[in-house]
Amino acid sequence: MSDNILVALDGSECGKRALNAAVKHAKLTGSSLVLTYVIDWSPYSFNTPEENEQRHKRRESEIQRAHDSVLNPELMALSDSGLEIKTVVRHGKIAATLVDLTREYSIAQIYIGRIGESRLHSMIFGSVTAALVQASSVPVTVVP
Amino acid sequence: MSRLFLAFNLMVISLANAHAGIDETINNATAPIAELIGKIVFFKIPIGEANLPVVVLWLVAGAVFFTIYMGFINLRGFKHAIELVRGDYADPNSHGEVSHFQALATAVSGTVGIGNIGGVAVAVTVGGPGATFWLIMAGFLGMSTKFVECTLGVKYREEFADGHVSGGPMYYLRKGFSERGMEGFGKFMGTFYAIGIFIGALGIGNMFQSNQAYVQMNTVTNGALDGYGWLFGLLMAGVVFMVIVGGIKSIAKVTEKIVPFMAIFYCFFALIVIFMNISVIPQAIANIFSGAFTGEGVAGGALGAMIIGFQRAVFSNEAGIGSASIAHSAVKTNEPVTEGVVSLLEPFIDTIVICTITALVIGTTQVAYPGFAGDAQGVAMTSAAFQTKFEWFPYPLAFAALLFAFSTMISWSYYGLKGWTYLFGEGEAGQTIYKIMFCAFVALGCVVQLGPILDISDALVFLICVPNILGLYFLAPIVKREMESYFSRIKSGEIKNFRKARAQ
Repeated sequence: MSDNILVALDGSECGKRALNAAVKHAKLTGSSLVLTYVIDWSPYSFNTPEENEQRHKRRESEIQRAHDSVLNPELMALSDSGLEIKTVVRHGKIAATLVDLTREYSIAQIYIGRIGESRLHSMIFGSVTAALVQASSVPVTVVP
Repeated sequence: MSRLFLAFNLMVISLANAHAGIDETINNATAPIAELIGKIVFFKIPIGEANLPVVVLWLVAGAVFFTIYMGFINLRGFKHAIELVRGDYADPNSHGEVSHFQALATAVSGTVGIGNIGGVAVAVTVGGPGATFWLIMAGFLGMSTKFVECTLGVKYREEFADGHVSGGPMYYLRKGFSERGMEGFGKFMGTFYAIGIFIGALGIGNMFQSNQAYVQMNTVTNGALDGYGWLFGLLMAGVVFMVIVGGIKSIAKVTEKIVPFMAIFYCFFALIVIFMNISVIPQAIANIFSGAFTGEGVAGGALGAMIIGFQRAVFSNEAGIGSASIAHSAVKTNEPVTEGVVSLLEPFIDTIVICTITALVIGTTQVAYPGFAGDAQGVAMTSAAFQTKFEWFPYPLAFAALLFAFSTMISWSYYGLKGWTYLFGEGEAGQTIYKIMFCAFVALGCVVQLGPILDISDALVFLICVPNILGLYFLAPIVKREMESYFSRIKSGEIKNFRKARAQ
């Protein structure tokens, strides 16, 4: 079934509002939710050998922290909602990773909070939400 | 930590009072040691006029054997190496681990260093233009040696309960030999290698680097640093200290980011210099080929040129030394062969691309401006070649040399550390002792002159090739089996190409 809704959380208030909107949507349509937290990571950075050695350990703890502090609290809060909810934490470039997840989890709709980026930052690196809207193959709802 | 730093400062102050006479004293003390070590390691067989060091023969024989035994993996694996680095086979569920690109970049930043700038100049001075040909050849063959040693490094590494890993030749020598029922011999070889890489880390990966950085800085400032080698050395040691003991990662991070750009910058200007000498390129290339087979004007003729070329190539790309194997072992992967395949690219980038470019800069300049370098040697000679076209080039080159030296030292401090922890355990206190010692040698490197330093570091690095390559011979069948299984699974599609899957 392709009625899944993807919600991109980042631990911010905006993300929470996006989740609320997504919950309403899911209840109306009987869809299930996929809550995700993408950890910004590039396979093309340069590391020292010590960092490489520690990398596996660090990755595990980053994933654990994302579950503990962002995804699980929301999952608990929604435990009575009767919705079917999955959670996933993934490393990668945020927009591209969300697009990949759309395919993997047969997502029909993405909800994302407007990420608080400074104007300078988005001028240099481009805005994550804008990149997502450009690249996504399914409708994207950006919640302010 | 702060107490350590205070002690370090006190050392600086007391040394500052002792004046510059130190340089000479230490130099006089180390020269005879260098000579002795060099004599033992580079035991030579005289063939006609040429002297063939047994250890060079040992390395070349190994590289040729692995190239043939692995069915020219250096050619066959090349395309797959690029696919791996590009991330085609990266499972999204393991994103966040060290990527193949990162593993490669870390290992390359350990090998791309002063050797690429200065070592090539030494090769061309001593071995004539023909040495370049053998340098490239050695790079090509060395790709196979790297493949074998990096695959083994990952396969036999040690994983500790807290998730960190230690690997490298000392581990595959010990475990590999004991698997074949030679436990005692394996232990001996592992320990021998660990001692070697530890001492080598203080030489080639440390003193040689800081020495060349100092020489280069001194040259561009017209000798303003004469007699202040100890001060320059202490400053450099201080920065290394802050990174490896103080854990100030930001310095290393900045360096690791600048180094690739410096390498590209260097190659870019080198190519410009080569093209500015475009009219003499055919002559320079002809010199390389004729020199390779006739060895005109070189002691020992063609064989002499060949020996020098091979020696410098190994010194630069470290194939057969086993150091890259330590760097690759840190990577979490279920397929040891992937790290081996990726490591093929290191001698390619380091020797076939960067060293060849340097050799061409010197080669074309030699034809266009005979005697351009005067008495200059090593880095200074390369610098003089660039200067014929770009008057200002020695300054950025000196800066590049400093950064290359620094990043190489950081990488080698890790290799030496792994040798040390193999010998003395993973204890924190012991690691700190090692790191402080490492810093002391950084300072020492700027004090002794190039001659004895080059000899000591060359000798030590070649010495650890002996146990390493012996182990590679013994374990080659295991690598071959792994390699065949891996490539058959790639073919059958059992190992998934995620890039292709995504495109569908």
